[in-house]
Amino acid sequence: MQRYTTTAIILHWLTALLIISAFTLGLVMTDIPGLTPAKLKYFSWHKWLGVTVLAIAAIRLLWRKANVPPPHPASMVAWQKKAADGMHILLYILIFAVPISGYVYTLAAGVPVVYLGLFQLPVFMGPNPELKPLLKEIHYVLNMTMAAAVAAHVLAALKHQFIDRDGVLKRMLP
Amino acid sequence: MKLTHKVALASLMGLSFAATAATLLKADTAKSSVSATFKQMNVPVEAKFKKFTAAIDYNPASPDASKATVEIETASIDIGDPEYNKEVAKKEWFNAAQFPKATFVSSSIKAAGAGKLTVTGKLNIKGKATDVTFPLSVKADGGKYTFDGVLPIKRLTYNIGEGEWKDTSMVADEVTIKFHVAAQ
Repeated sequence: MQRYTTTAIILHWLTALLIISAFTLGLVMTDIPGLTPAKLKYFSWHKWLGVTVLAIAAIRLLWRKANVPPPHPASMVAWQKKAADGMHILLYILIFAVPISGYVYTLAAGVPVVYLGLFQLPVFMGPNPELKPLLKEIHYVLNMTMAAAVAAHVLAALKHQFIDRDGVLKRMLP
Repeated sequence: MKLTHKVALASLMGLSFAATAATLLKADTAKSSVSATFKQMNVPVEAKFKKFTAAIDYNPASPDASKATVEIETASIDIGDPEYNKEVAKKEWFNAAQFPKATFVSSSIKAAGAGKLTVTGKLNIKGKATDVTFPLSVKADGGKYTFDGVLPIKRLTYNIGEGEWKDTSMVADEVTIKFHVAAQ
């Protein structure tokens, strides 16, 4: 069975690792009460992770355009193929939307992102206290949608591996 | 009749003399601002003080006779989040309960070229007083004046950020106080 390219496989698992880290850190840091140095550190790390996810997502999309992914196995029925395509599109949208919403949210909060503490990323809007709560909510809802989509993605992969036994998962394994 | 006239004239002159000798200006706090800018993990953050008063005794003809007093309510700090504002008013930072006001009282103001003054005085934050000198620019428009100044300080001099917050890799020691006072 045709596998994904090595580049696509590396980018996929790197994205997975970064998203899980950023998501976990997001939950942990927002649970810390008050103001502590650790909390501020986690916020910075969370933002750096998010920006990295966004950059890799852009690279992945370009790579995907140039390197067509392997086709669905012939054993998959039409609705499953459609569902798989739909889910992948949704995941791609979220991989962009989640970091972008976080980025806009932090700009509205008046805290620009200084990537790895080294250089400041573009500030295209000033602090906006009115918009801030809405952006926070959007970032949260998008994240929870992503968590659900990732769970479905993982379950589908496991179904292919252990129930259908059609080798779909192996195409993406390192 | 003549005498009264003279008295009136003299008192009028006296009044105008007093007016040129010292003009106590009233700051328009709605048009004025005081902020502190610092870096948190290299991220520039601007905190604004919402409540402050500025009394400026300014005479453009002889600036050296000028005086200035600024009082800032430390609990009025706004770093962009109500929850964090409360944290920053706590003991480790401003300790606003014990030190509700940060003050600056000038000891000398000297002319330093057109529209420029050099201000020296005592800056008192969190019970720590230090002598500071900073340049101040002044613009006059009729009877209205605007004063702009930038004063770099080090937060640890005033114990702003105690305990684990002494770590300057988290919050830099350098803080820039910026103020803009519109007065008339």
